Amino acid sequence: MDITPATAASPPPLAGGPAPAEQKATTRPGDRIFLALSRGSGILLLVIMAAIAVFLTVRATNALSHNEGNFFTTFEWSANSTPPVFGIAVLAFGTVVSSLIAMLIAVPVAIGIALFISHYAPRRLSTPLSYVIDLLAAVPSIVYGLWGALFLVPHLGGLYGWLNDYFGWTGIFEYHDGAARSLFTIGILLAIMILPIVTSVSREVFLQAPKMHEEAALALGATRWEVIRMSVLPFGRSGVISASMLGLGRALGETMAVATVLSPSFEIGTSLLDPGGGTFAQNIASSFKESGEIGKDALIASGLVLFVLTLLVNGAARLIIARRKEYTA
Amino acid sequence: MAKRIDVSGLNAYYGSHKAIDDISMTVEPRSVTAFIGPSGCGKSTFLRTLNRMHEVTPGGRVEGKVMLDDENLYGPGVDPVSVRRTVGMVFQRPNPFPTMSIYDNVAAGVRLNGDRVRKAELDGIVEKSLKGANLWNEVKDRLNKPGAGLSGGQQQRLCIARAIAVEPQVLLMDEPCSALDPISTLAIEDLIGELKEHFTIVIVTHNMQQAARVSDRTAFFNLAGVGQPGKLVEIDDTERIFSNPSVQATEDYISGRFG
Ligand SMILES: Nc1ncnc2c1ncn2[C@@H]1O[C@H](COP(=O)(O)OP(=O)(O)O)[C@@H](O)[C@H]1O
Ligand SMILES: [Mg+2]
Repeated sequence: MDITPATAASPPPLAGGPAPAEQKATTRPGDRIFLALSRGSGILLLVIMAAIAVFLTVRATNALSHNEGNFFTTFEWSANSTPPVFGIAVLAFGTVVSSLIAMLIAVPVAIGIALFISHYAPRRLSTPLSYVIDLLAAVPSIVYGLWGALFLVPHLGGLYGWLNDYFGWTGIFEYHDGAARSLFTIGILLAIMILPIVTSVSREVFLQAPKMHEEAALALGATRWEVIRMSVLPFGRSGVISASMLGLGRALGETMAVATVLSPSFEIGTSLLDPGGGTFAQNIASSFKESGEIGKDALIASGLVLFVLTLLVNGAARLIIARRKEYTA
Repeated sequence: MAKRIDVSGLNAYYGSHKAIDDISMTVEPRSVTAFIGPSGCGKSTFLRTLNRMHEVTPGGRVEGKVMLDDENLYGPGVDPVSVRRTVGMVFQRPNPFPTMSIYDNVAAGVRLNGDRVRKAELDGIVEKSLKGANLWNEVKDRLNKPGAGLSGGQQQRLCIARAIAVEPQVLLMDEPCSALDPISTLAIEDLIGELKEHFTIVIVTHNMQQAARVSDRTAFFNLAGVGQPGKLVEIDDTERIFSNPSVQATEDYISGRFG
């Protein structure tokens, strides 16, 4: 390989890297201290993680051993009654569905905005726009929650009616009046919340698309959109997937905004527009204070499930990215 | 295929900086014209005005006329996208699309042209273009492998195949060998000799022997000083430029007394 990227990808060994045996004698004190520090903090981190994992697993197991219901299929959360009966079915459904809705709305919009900023807008528009997006990403989630409860919920009636008129026959979008405190509203709110971070990361990735490939496409007679399709999107693909996963991670774990807007219930309706349902994080936040010993342990068990869910999602994303590795190496 | 290029009174700017000044020249069809000159004298800039790539650079602006046979590339209502389909370009660094296979790289430009091309027809175009770029024998068994897996010289020939697949009239090359080893360079030079039977070729090179080997005509560019615009000093038959140029500055540059 005699092209520059290949050589740039393998920099010469750094001075501080592993040295041959005969040079070991001359290791400097600074290097030794740094090595000890970094090794020490690495080990400390692992120990803390292990301790947390053990604590959570022990408490979760305790709750599960007292559970009279089926942890996975029960539509009920009475962890404080005797005997305790609780199951995560409703929470898992609500978490997954609301996050999916959020992704379906947010990702395409985010890609669009990111491309607009990186490849269409004139600089005098793209700079302030990026700034505003980054600012939005920093707004605390409780603010979104309050906005959702006070503004979004009362204003969604029109959209709900429209969905009912045209898609009500599917059952999923059936709407029978009442406050719009449903999983669908949560999905919209979550979409708005993750939009800035997905946009921001995607924009950074698109901006890094190599000029040489954009010029290659241009020189073949590609229009601006074709340049994006041929060189920017393929380059940005894995970055956009990562950005989406970052957003999905937030959506899955979002607590305050969901707890503020949703009117929780432990049933799964056929329509996404019916109020009710719940998510893992929202349920923990809403019931933690009034919970006794077993109740808290049950919530910890549900939190562990959320953790596993997030891990699975990340693993899947990594698989998708790795599948095209051959082409991006 | 292959058309005459006739440039007159061409100026190009980067914002307020004038990069080339008042260039006029004619490039005959089915010939190879080499651009030589010290770096910064505007060879690349001028080359990029010939397929309207200059204006893609922020602040890039062009004045003057570039006639391709009897069509002014800068005439009102001319679509730069269609100009670039007629005037192909090969860059200094080989730049195959990294996410595409060898086949898809060659087919990329053809697929752009909008109307659906049938698979059999596309196969034919890909094979013909790869043969035209002297690459077919090396890659025919791995057309579905990524183009980025080829050596630098093969990648550059892949880029040439990609450029000629859309059957342009003119092929512009900006120092196509400067990132390649001597053997790959020779392969590209041989290829240029074959391509000129079908295309009008303009090549920028910093390698004087290369200009002497591959080109029929040579244009020498120079600039009066840093920050000054580049100018065309003279254009003549390559043989004459290298044996008996009519301007002293050309002789100084070629004999190495300069730049
Ligand atoms: N993207 C750019 N923005 C601003 N100035 C540029 C740019 N590219 C080239 N120039 C300037 O234009 C002049 C000609 O450059 P170039 O055409 O690349 O010369 P050459 O190819 O002969 O080395 C130089 O002064 C260079 O600094
Ligand atoms: Mg140059």
